[in-house]
Amino acid sequence: MNSPLAVSSDPPTPDSVARYLARRRRHCWLIAGVALLALGALLVDVATGPGPYALRDVLHALIDPAGASRVLRVVVWEIRLPVALMAVLVGVSLALAGAEMQTILDNPLADPFTLGISSAASFGAALAIVLGLGVVPVAGTLLVTGNAFVLALCAALTIWAVNRLRGISVQTMVLLGIAIMFFFNALLGLTQFVASAEELQQLVFWSLGSLERASWDKLGLGVLALGVTLPVFLHAGWRLTALRLGDLQAKALGIDVGRLRLRVMLCASLLAATAVAFAGTIGFVGLVGPHIARLLVGEDQRVFLPMAALCGALIMSLASILSKLLIPGILFPIGILTALIGLPFFVSLILRSRREGWG
Amino acid sequence: MSLVIEHLDCRLGGRAVLHGLAGLRARPGELTALIGPNGAGKSTLLRAIAGIVRGEGSFALNAEPLAPLSLTRRAERLYYLPQETPSRAVLSVFEAVLLARRTRISEAPAAALARVGETLRALELEPLAERELGQLSGGQRQRVAIAQAVIREPRLLLLDEPTSALDLHHQLQVLDWLTRLAAERGVIVVVAIHDLSLAARFARHIWVLKEGRVAASGAPGEVLTGARLREVYAIEAHVEWPADEPPRVTPLAPTRRLGD
Repeated sequence: MNSPLAVSSDPPTPDSVARYLARRRRHCWLIAGVALLALGALLVDVATGPGPYALRDVLHALIDPAGASRVLRVVVWEIRLPVALMAVLVGVSLALAGAEMQTILDNPLADPFTLGISSAASFGAALAIVLGLGVVPVAGTLLVTGNAFVLALCAALTIWAVNRLRGISVQTMVLLGIAIMFFFNALLGLTQFVASAEELQQLVFWSLGSLERASWDKLGLGVLALGVTLPVFLHAGWRLTALRLGDLQAKALGIDVGRLRLRVMLCASLLAATAVAFAGTIGFVGLVGPHIARLLVGEDQRVFLPMAALCGALIMSLASILSKLLIPGILFPIGILTALIGLPFFVSLILRSRREGWG
Repeated sequence: MSLVIEHLDCRLGGRAVLHGLAGLRARPGELTALIGPNGAGKSTLLRAIAGIVRGEGSFALNAEPLAPLSLTRRAERLYYLPQETPSRAVLSVFEAVLLARRTRISEAPAAALARVGETLRALELEPLAERELGQLSGGQRQRVAIAQAVIREPRLLLLDEPTSALDLHHQLQVLDWLTRLAAERGVIVVVAIHDLSLAARFARHIWVLKEGRVAASGAPGEVLTGARLREVYAIEAHVEWPADEPPRVTPLAPTRRLGD
């Protein structure tokens, strides 16, 4: 081995640095490529739907709303664009939440709903749909959304509070999440038991996931949730990457693992709660999006997070397009499609990958 | 200027693991070996100094008491290299070493990259720079972990069995490199190690632990005697100090057999 002091005053650039920079450039190109795909899918999503509008007309209405006919303007800006953007927002939120849940729980099978968040949200929705009860003072269409959001956050806060009081391990955190899931599933079952046939149908449809309830107001709230959580994730980027080395190694690097884990868990839960409140339970995106990103760019959070978000957006946009095309005139539940689209993609990537560990 | 342990207690899960360790000193520029049988408290001692487990008492680095400092503050001064090396993270060797640098030192990205490149070259890890941690052998991961340790430029390096997964060539190479690192940069290096011949050869000072207590502390020639090895390890051993060759500690037999 070379001397520990074998560093000249003007050393040549080591070969490993050049290769690392080439690898980074490759990752950036991959991110740009997936971003372009996601943008293309978003535009196709806006252009897809009932009504005889060509892609060119839709793009024209997007770029120059004043130059489009009033009907087309309303179709594009009031109906299709909020739904398409909600697909992107939900995809980004779920994929980011899933990526961070997998990181902090050190579990490749973790997803945004691992800690019982979807069960709590479903029970909140059931309270509104079946019993007309609101846990927050809102009314109308926001009652279901408000209930789902608050109950989902309650699930996350319960784990946070127990952790603050007792200082629990990751394993205990996951087990507590499973207990919360069973608890809310039992309450949901009870609500379903007393529901009428019509209410039950409404509840089932909500739980299958739908983007139809999208609106500009909800999009604004979703962006706000991203605005609150993204800076936390980005600021903790190096520390979250270090967490993948294991708790002991992360502590050796001077990281307060317990505090970081709780903070990120709350932020990921906020994203998951927002997504589930606006679009119902949409599974698989939060699991498969991060896995695809990991296979493409690894786990350096500086590239892993944007790639996971873009993968989530792409999957959701593709699912949204398919949900409109599968049975013309009928909007297929998107939660079913995300699984159908994501699963083969995921399996093919796993089979092609020769990586060890999580890959 | 050294690591001084005047008094250190540590309890884990309600059980006392370290009992009033005292009289331990490790000096800059030297390699200090920490030896003792399994369960003697070697890892716990290193972790207590690093703040990973809670140690109580009076212990200081360069006259600065460590006990009041948080884990994060201590990591600015020292680095603890765990015995277990990570393998599941989907990170390249270069990224893993860069991570160790960036969680410690704020500097221009280009400077950090250059430093990583230099460290990988110094440890002959350049050919592995793009390989992922999961694709490395245990010994290669251990060398990456050593690169992560030294790139943080700590004043105190606490290494928990850093050669346990290395072949004979790399054991000698790494310990020789650490000895020179200590001498040339004035770093305090404390190495928990099981190979007593290597400890005798490379260390200037040896701490011996048994059942959470200090059994001995001093120069290798004073500490590594047949009587002490019988007392601490329950073995009969032959200790040689040839004039022209490295010292040799040859275990001969356990003083009691399993089932006796």
